[in-house]
Amino acid sequence: MLTRLPEIRMKAKQRPISPFMIGPYYKPQLTSLMSITHRATGVFLSVVGAPLLLWWLIAVSNGPAAYEAMQGLLGGWIGTLAVSASVFCLSFHCLNGIRHLIWDTGRALDLKTAYTLGWAVLIGSLALTILLLGVLL
Amino acid sequence: MSMTNPLAKARGMGSAKEGVHHWYAQRASALLLIVLVGWLIFAIFSLSGANYATARSFISQPVNAAFSSLLIVTLLYHAMLGLQVVIEDYVHHPVLEVVFYFLSRAGAFFGMALGIIHVLKLALGA
Repeated sequence: MLTRLPEIRMKAKQRPISPFMIGPYYKPQLTSLMSITHRATGVFLSVVGAPLLLWWLIAVSNGPAAYEAMQGLLGGWIGTLAVSASVFCLSFHCLNGIRHLIWDTGRALDLKTAYTLGWAVLIGSLALTILLLGVLL
Repeated sequence: MSMTNPLAKARGMGSAKEGVHHWYAQRASALLLIVLVGWLIFAIFSLSGANYATARSFISQPVNAAFSSLLIVTLLYHAMLGLQVVIEDYVHHPVLEVVFYFLSRAGAFFGMALGIIHVLKLALGA
């Protein structure tokens, strides 16, 4: 028994302990994919979306020339791409954030409701994106 | 059998004791942001295709100046807290972790100051 102990330990070491939700151990699920998307959209909004909003405000404050330059930049393909991505990230992160806030009160945690709200957030965020981009672009 | 009081055993064995504030602040700022993003959507509808004069007079109105500066501050605060969690979870290099943490905080505070100053400048008509 004692001689086999290191072998058992080796095996125990190789077992995944609390494996990450994305990877070889779990199938992709709506819930886990939306969870990682929540983080990804949050990072994108922090690094691109918020600076873009701030930049636009500064352009307004800096006068007509700066404002025109900013509008020109936003109208170009890089600007359009950045605005479109930011609008989607904002829509998704906002609606999914409300889903998280509901969970934080201890409600809607059962699997069925988690999925129903997940689909609602996904469809809602796409609709909000289309609505806002229709106004913006 | 140990004669130590169970409370004495538990003391000092827990977390760094600051997690609750972070958790709470992340959610409180999220609740505020629901309202502020509602204003942002209103602003987007009001300012789509606007020329300089319209954009300027919109932001210069006291209520809109208050909302836009509050939006920038709350947004960057919420972003700072969120980036911290992502950095703590995924950046395992001890030096890079501190560097990213510092940059995210410094960037957020700089953005807050910049946003407030520019909105104030507009609101005060300077």
